[in-house]
Amino acid sequence: MAKMKSLVCRECGKEYPTKAIHVCEMCFGPLEVKYNYEEIKANISRKKIEEGPRSMWRYADLLPVEGQATVGPHAGLTPMVRAKNLGAYLGLDELYIKNDTVNHPTLSFKDRVVAVALTRARELGYETVACASTGNLANSVAAHAAAAGMRSYVFIPADLEAAKVLGNLIYKPNVVEVEGNYDDVNRLCSEIAGEHQWAFVNINIRPYYAEGSKTLAFEMVEQLGWRAPDHVVAPMASGSLLTKIWKGLNEMKKLGLINAVPTKVNGAQAEGCSPIATAYKQGRDFFKPVKPKTIAKSLAIGNPADGYYALKATGESGGAMDAVSDDDVVEGIKLLAQTEGIFAETAGGVTIGVLQKLVKQGAIKRQDVTVAYITGHGLKTQEAVIDAVGRPTRIQPSLVSFQNTFKMGKNGGGDA
Amino acid sequence: MANMRFHIRFPEEKIKEPIIYQIGHEFRVVTNVRRADVRETTGWMDIELTGDTAEIERAVEGLKTKGVLVDPIELNVVG
Repeated sequence: MAKMKSLVCRECGKEYPTKAIHVCEMCFGPLEVKYNYEEIKANISRKKIEEGPRSMWRYADLLPVEGQATVGPHAGLTPMVRAKNLGAYLGLDELYIKNDTVNHPTLSFKDRVVAVALTRARELGYETVACASTGNLANSVAAHAAAAGMRSYVFIPADLEAAKVLGNLIYKPNVVEVEGNYDDVNRLCSEIAGEHQWAFVNINIRPYYAEGSKTLAFEMVEQLGWRAPDHVVAPMASGSLLTKIWKGLNEMKKLGLINAVPTKVNGAQAEGCSPIATAYKQGRDFFKPVKPKTIAKSLAIGNPADGYYALKATGESGGAMDAVSDDDVVEGIKLLAQTEGIFAETAGGVTIGVLQKLVKQGAIKRQDVTVAYITGHGLKTQEAVIDAVGRPTRIQPSLVSFQNTFKMGKNGGGDA
Repeated sequence: MANMRFHIRFPEEKIKEPIIYQIGHEFRVVTNVRRADVRETTGWMDIELTGDTAEIERAVEGLKTKGVLVDPIELNVVG
C-alpha cells in the first residue's frame, strides 16, 4: 500500500486521487494529503531517520512523494543553534534558533517546500513549473528548476525592485512581468493555472508543496534529542508554515517517534499586515483581509489562504499570536545578529520581536524550552536595515591614525 | 463556456443586498454558491461563475463596482 492514501478536503472530507488538484469540487475547500499512517508506522523509526540522508529527505516517509527526491536533494537539515546570548538577554534558559537562513540552495525555508513540490510535480509528469512570487519562492523555484533541468515561469508585478528581479534572472527562468498590481498578478496566475498544464507550485501543487514545511518540526524534534519543545514561535504569511509545524509534531506523536506534544505554537506577524494575529487577539475564528503595509514583505499576505487553519492550530495548542511594528522588526534583526551572529531577513525580525513580546507578557516563561524559526537570510532584505546599522569608522592609512582612533596601546585592547 | 471560481467578501453595509441575484440578471453568467458564511457584520462566499470568459470578467467587474471584494478561490497565491 502506498504511503499517500488520497487528497482530502479540509472542509467536507471528500477524498480525491493524489493528482495535481487543490480545490474540492464539492465545496471548494482546500485539499491536503492524507497518509496511510499504519503503513508508515510499520516502516519508520528514530534509527532509520538518523541513518538517512543529511537533508530533510531523511523524513521522506512523511513527505508526499512516491519515490526518491529528484529535485532539491540537499534542502533542509539546517542548524539548530542554542541561543545562549539571546536567551540571556530575553530571560530564557533554553532558547534555540532553527536557522533556515542557511538552507540550500537559496537561503530560505522555501527550499524545503519547493524541493517537495518539484519532486512531486516530476512524478506527476510535469516538466514546466511556475509560481507567482515577489521574493523567496521565486528564487527557490528558479534555482531548483535550473538544477533539475525543468522549464520555469516566475510571475512578478512589473514594479518589483531591481535587486529582487535580478535574484530570479540569474537562474534564467522565464520571468514574466505583469503590468498590474499584486492583486492582478494573483488573479492572473490563478486563471493561468486553470488553463495550462503546468505545475504551479503554490496553486495546483499546493497540497504537496505545503507538506514540506513539516520538516521544520521533524528536524527540530530530532535536534532536540527527540523531544518536542514547550514553545515554538513561527512567522505567518499565508499561515501554512505554522499549520504544518503543528501537523508535523502531531504526526510524530501518532507514529510513536515522541511520547507527547506539549508544544504551544505561537504565530508572529508585522503590524502592517496582521490579519491572523489581529483575529486571534480579538477572539475571532475568522480574519478580516487587509492591504499590507510593512517592510516584512515576505509576510505581506493580506488575505492568507491558511489563516483560518493557523488560528485553529494555535488555539488547539494553547499558543498565542502577536504582531510588532516595523521599527521592532529592524530591532529584532539587529538583536539576533548582535547576540547570535545570525543575519535574518525581515521575517526573522518579526519572529524575534514577537518572541520578545511573548516573554514580556509572561506567555513564555524562563524555564520553557523555546524554538524560534528564522526562515530567510538577511542579505535578501538589506534595504530594511541599511539606515539602522551605522557607518564604518574611517581612518587615515597610518598606524597612528588607527591607534589614535581606537585608543589602542601596543598590547591591544581599546575601542573607537 | 468557462467555469471560474472566486472567493468574494461583503463589507458590512452590503450584507443585506441581493448581490448574487443581481449579478445573475445583469450579466449572462450562471452563479453557483458552494460555501458561505454570512453573519451580521461580515460575510463571504465561494462561488462559481459559468459563462463566456469575457462575460465572467465583466461580472467580476460588476461585483467590484457593487463594493464586493473578489479574490481567486485560492486567496493570495503570490508567495
